[in-house]
Amino acid sequence: MIDIINVSKNFNSHRVLDGASLKITDGQTMVIIGRSGCGKSVLLKHIVGILKPDKGQVFVDGQEVSKLNDKELEGILMKIGMVFQGGALFDSMSVGENVGFGLIEHQRIDHKELLERIEESLCLVGLCGIQNLMPSELSGGMKKRVALARAICIKPEIILYDEPTTGVDPITADSINELIRSLHDKLKVTSVVVTHDMKSAYRIADRIAMLYQGKIIAEGTPTEIQNTTHPIVHQFINGLSQGPITETLEQFR
Amino acid sequence: MKKIFIDTGKRIISFLYFIGGLSNLVGQTFRWLFVPPLKGERVFEQVKKIGVDSLPITSTVALFIGIIMALQTAVLMQRLGSEMYIASIVALSLVRELGPVITALVVAGRVGAAITAEIGSMQVTEQVDALQTLATNPIKYLVVPRLLALSLMLPVLTLYADIIGIMGGWLICVHKLGISSQMYLNITFDALLFKDLFTGLFKTVIFGMLIAFVSCYEGFNVEGGAEGVGSATRNAVVKAFILIIMADCFFTALFYFIFP
Repeated sequence: MIDIINVSKNFNSHRVLDGASLKITDGQTMVIIGRSGCGKSVLLKHIVGILKPDKGQVFVDGQEVSKLNDKELEGILMKIGMVFQGGALFDSMSVGENVGFGLIEHQRIDHKELLERIEESLCLVGLCGIQNLMPSELSGGMKKRVALARAICIKPEIILYDEPTTGVDPITADSINELIRSLHDKLKVTSVVVTHDMKSAYRIADRIAMLYQGKIIAEGTPTEIQNTTHPIVHQFINGLSQGPITETLEQFR
Repeated sequence: MKKIFIDTGKRIISFLYFIGGLSNLVGQTFRWLFVPPLKGERVFEQVKKIGVDSLPITSTVALFIGIIMALQTAVLMQRLGSEMYIASIVALSLVRELGPVITALVVAGRVGAAITAEIGSMQVTEQVDALQTLATNPIKYLVVPRLLALSLMLPVLTLYADIIGIMGGWLICVHKLGISSQMYLNITFDALLFKDLFTGLFKTVIFGMLIAFVSCYEGFNVEGGAEGVGSATRNAVVKAFILIIMADCFFTALFYFIFP
């Protein structure tokens, strides 16, 4: 279970998160929506301890992430797989070494088992047998899928996705959505997906939360969100250029 | 007038940020240096990249420096009629000063820039974050092997540069000035003391650490995309050059008083 309580975060004098709170129960797929640059990725980075909150707390399985020592944090991180927006594959290593990185670094398993786990993870994302390619030889969509294979290779209990469908064509986007759904069903993982692609959000979400001005302003099932009367959420999910979000921007100008 | 004050203030603040950030990196690196496991193959890979691959450029530069030193001193020494002392001047200035500093500057330009560019690109493409999510500390994974390799290999490269430089002087003395090979070598080894070699090599361990820390620090602090990587690389080389010269001045003064 992931519990985010009243988290605030500033970068220089710019407040990105302002008392955001969210609870994600085990086995759930939570989709966090919001405009580009509203702090969705920042929120994800708090869950894995890359960023520490200025105020508030983040708990993963009952442990407060920012208070853990190196060993305890390593234990938590081995339960979490994260898929970055651009893939963030290590470009000095082959696809196989990328996918097996977590296992090679932290778990003592023999070479044969390692190769099997890498092959298994790649096949799960539909890319069997590309272990020896280098990341520079892959297309954007393939990179995202390899990044997903790297995340699932450690058999995590939680997978975090940072904009998994951004920058790929609609067909690849749909296959990634399907992949997220099927991994959720097959591996019974808890998923947190950050996106502004509403089509993808409705496909994969058990629950949807919207981040706006550093706070979670609405949370509910996809149907609840679709039928919302909240003016900001309504404007966002329908992609309207006129509404409260853009009016606030106008005021600033 | 106000603008000058604001600019100066900004520069002082950014300088203090640099010193603070660098000290933090140094502290953390030394902490992670002693956290097992230390993977030998990663250090070895860097030793090869930093040491072995720098041999051609270091030797070329050292050879020419030796030749230039011999030619420059030849003019004066011939006037005094004491050409054979060219050997001792070449040997002493190379081993005490030119060998260590020139090698450090060459390595800072060649290797330091590459380290900043590599870590900087990893930073902007979120690979550094990815390391962290895979429960791998970026300082242990990226900085520790580079620090070890640089502080191990810079003395080795310097020793090598000293020898090649002395050979450069030998070329001129033996083939142009007609001093015998035996005489050149005798005078070289008579002039050199152990403390010359020791102080020269000791400095390079510190230079190696400076290059490692400055270039890793600049790499981790890249902001923006390709432009950020470019300016960080430039900063790393400039700062490393300045710090190397400053450290050299400090140690030369220190050894001057310790070993008069």
